Amino acid sequence: MSSTLYKNYLLQSEPNKFSLDNLKDGEMIVNMGPQHPSTHGVLRLEVVTDGEIVTDVAPHIGYLHRCFEKHAEHMAYNQTIPYVDRMDYLAAMNSEHVWCMGVEKLLGTTNQIPKRVEYIRVLVTELNRIASHFVAIGTYGIDIGAFTPFLWMLRDREHIQRLLEWVSGARMLYNYIWVGGLYYDLPIGFEKRCQEFIDYLQPKLDEIDTVLLENKIFIDRTANVGILPMDVAINYGCSGPMLRGSGLKYDLRRVDGYSVYPELEFDIPTGTGLVGSVGDCWDRNYVRALECRESVKIIQQCLDRLQGDYKRTPDFDPQAACPKKLRTTGTQELYFRAETPRGELGYFFRTTDRSDVPFRCKGRSPCFSNLSVLHEIAKGCMVADLIAIVGSVDIVLGELDR
Amino acid sequence: MEAKTGEGGVVITKLDDLLNWARLTSLFPMGFGLACCAIEMMGAYASGYDMDRFGIIPRASPRQSDVMIVAGTVTFKMADRIRRLYEQMPEPRYVISMGSCSNCGGPYWEHGYHVVKGVDRIIPVDVYVPGCPPRPEALIGGFLQLQEIIRKETIRAPRAVQEIMAKRAQQGQPVADADKAPAAIHHS
Amino acid sequence: MIQEAVTFEELKDFIVATFGAEVVVAEKADDLQPYLVLQTERLAEVCLALHDHEQTYFDFLSCITGIDNGPEAGSMEVIYNLYSIPYDHHLMLKVQVPRNNTPDQAIPQVPTLSHIWRTADWHEREVFDMVGIYFKDHPDMRRILCAADWEGHPLRRDYELQEYYHGIKVPFDQHNELNGFKGEPQQLVGQPTPFSDKREKPE
Repeated sequence: MSSTLYKNYLLQSEPNKFSLDNLKDGEMIVNMGPQHPSTHGVLRLEVVTDGEIVTDVAPHIGYLHRCFEKHAEHMAYNQTIPYVDRMDYLAAMNSEHVWCMGVEKLLGTTNQIPKRVEYIRVLVTELNRIASHFVAIGTYGIDIGAFTPFLWMLRDREHIQRLLEWVSGARMLYNYIWVGGLYYDLPIGFEKRCQEFIDYLQPKLDEIDTVLLENKIFIDRTANVGILPMDVAINYGCSGPMLRGSGLKYDLRRVDGYSVYPELEFDIPTGTGLVGSVGDCWDRNYVRALECRESVKIIQQCLDRLQGDYKRTPDFDPQAACPKKLRTTGTQELYFRAETPRGELGYFFRTTDRSDVPFRCKGRSPCFSNLSVLHEIAKGCMVADLIAIVGSVDIVLGELDR
Repeated sequence: MEAKTGEGGVVITKLDDLLNWARLTSLFPMGFGLACCAIEMMGAYASGYDMDRFGIIPRASPRQSDVMIVAGTVTFKMADRIRRLYEQMPEPRYVISMGSCSNCGGPYWEHGYHVVKGVDRIIPVDVYVPGCPPRPEALIGGFLQLQEIIRKETIRAPRAVQEIMAKRAQQGQPVADADKAPAAIHHS
Repeated sequence: MIQEAVTFEELKDFIVATFGAEVVVAEKADDLQPYLVLQTERLAEVCLALHDHEQTYFDFLSCITGIDNGPEAGSMEVIYNLYSIPYDHHLMLKVQVPRNNTPDQAIPQVPTLSHIWRTADWHEREVFDMVGIYFKDHPDMRRILCAADWEGHPLRRDYELQEYYHGIKVPFDQHNELNGFKGEPQQLVGQPTPFSDKREKPE
């Protein structure tokens, strides 16, 4: 196969947005990705640079478009859960939780879920949130040039994965939360192990602050870089740590108050511009690090209640409330949203009469909106800062492209 | 060293064995991940599993790498890029297909209109690692399998060329121009 | 919070009072999530008012969904989910356009909202890519997820998979078996696995 044919193929499947004719004097187009170690997957950035200064950037996505919506339209609600896992593969529990809550709302069984099930769901999702933030901060360290935090954080994430493997049987993609219940109760002794893990984790979180976030080089690379003002963030539909890093205290766990979150004590960390300006890359990462601490608080409360009020009993069946037939009635339309580590994950359902397969299902991915703001905040920065900005958005390509 | 080799420290071995030993103990994979499997690949590189023990260190550029780990779902948009990256790798090059998606399309085989149903439709694959996603242990197992493949190689009969010749002969084409278009048969 | 959450009725009254009754084509209030169907031509106008007016202030566009109802129904829909962060209320809007059942008919068109909420830019490109609804006055109407030379819009009801893309076969087939790889014979040892489910229930 001759090389000219390849060239044509590449241009056919994804042509450039910018053309060489429109460039100003001294500008050039630099292609970054889809195979680039710091694009966190298969993201392609088309960068117009003037020397080292980025004058414009156009993200090209879709290199991991896995047709989630098509699958959701062909499968029953409970069969789609594995595909939901594979959307946001860093935080599979959170995605499942959103999906199941959405379907339960469609079926009208939201209030029939036992409290113990709800607390276990929150426990595992918060564990997964910590794991997801660990990957986000760890790989961000690699982008910036710090390799040690990655190894340390992956080491601690491994503990979470082993805990969740004990719970569900899988390391990453769990299929643990079912519509109306759970696959299984927590294994015996889990509460004790989880308590040990939390006690182990808290000094490690201080360690991360010391080794990475308070590091002089890290601050120099990230403070005052990629400043995202709050109004721009809202207009671009940013959510999660991206929006909270810009200083808005907006967390759907509090705003919508789903599941048992209203009964739990936790704070919503926001970016304050501690070392730079509000909404810079450092703030976004600091919000993630603080959220890990809040998650630890939530896990502690869940563990206390799972050993106290909602103790395990021999006759407790987590699948008891799972409906045998997921039949919805009438044509209903529902948009359900909830908070995942990356922001607002939403599902839009349209049901058809008496069927367990949705007529149309759309996943609203937080990374999708978060990344669309990139060209706004990356203009005028250096090429090396572009890496820092893309890393601080914390994209997961599986969810971005669905 | 002295005790093993006697005086002078000379080791006598076959050139084949020396080359194979050098190749199989320093497999540099190309550091790029596609999907969920890439996270498990990262986990395998990191402190929990530490693939550096096997001499496996990720490289950022295809020019410096020996083995390509196709870690995750290959979409049609990405397919041309993967083919090009494979072409950019220097010989001898190996491909590990990690995970069900790149083996055969995985869970996306039926309704996944934008998913290539197996990366072996684009590039030749040496080792398939099953799992969705495979555990890091499985990936390490895949590397050990690849090392076994390399151990059996010989420079007198290069495997890739032999396969091409055999295929050409099977298709009734002249074998003489086999070296001209090695890539063409892979995605026929 | 500045005031109590605005109800759906109040929002509808606000739209009717500002733009006249004909702008609301239909409504469904008794559902799980109530929605309004608006006139397609006046969508951008209404949304601008909803975004700017101090009583409504819908500053967060969450989701845009494109739905193809199929060739029999002959219609397509675009659904907008709006949220207001300061007031904490929600509104679902919908527009309906006729469908082009054959490629030579005119492509359905909806006015763009990307000048009001910039997030609509990518969401509208996605709707265009998936179901093939063109957004008028959109600055950059290209495919976003599928490859640029992909044929058809995948989430249409009558979508048919193309056979080959750049020489690669698209549908699943027995590729490995056809190309000589038969797989290794499965070896069943017939012994029960030594691992049992240790997660017994407590006494």
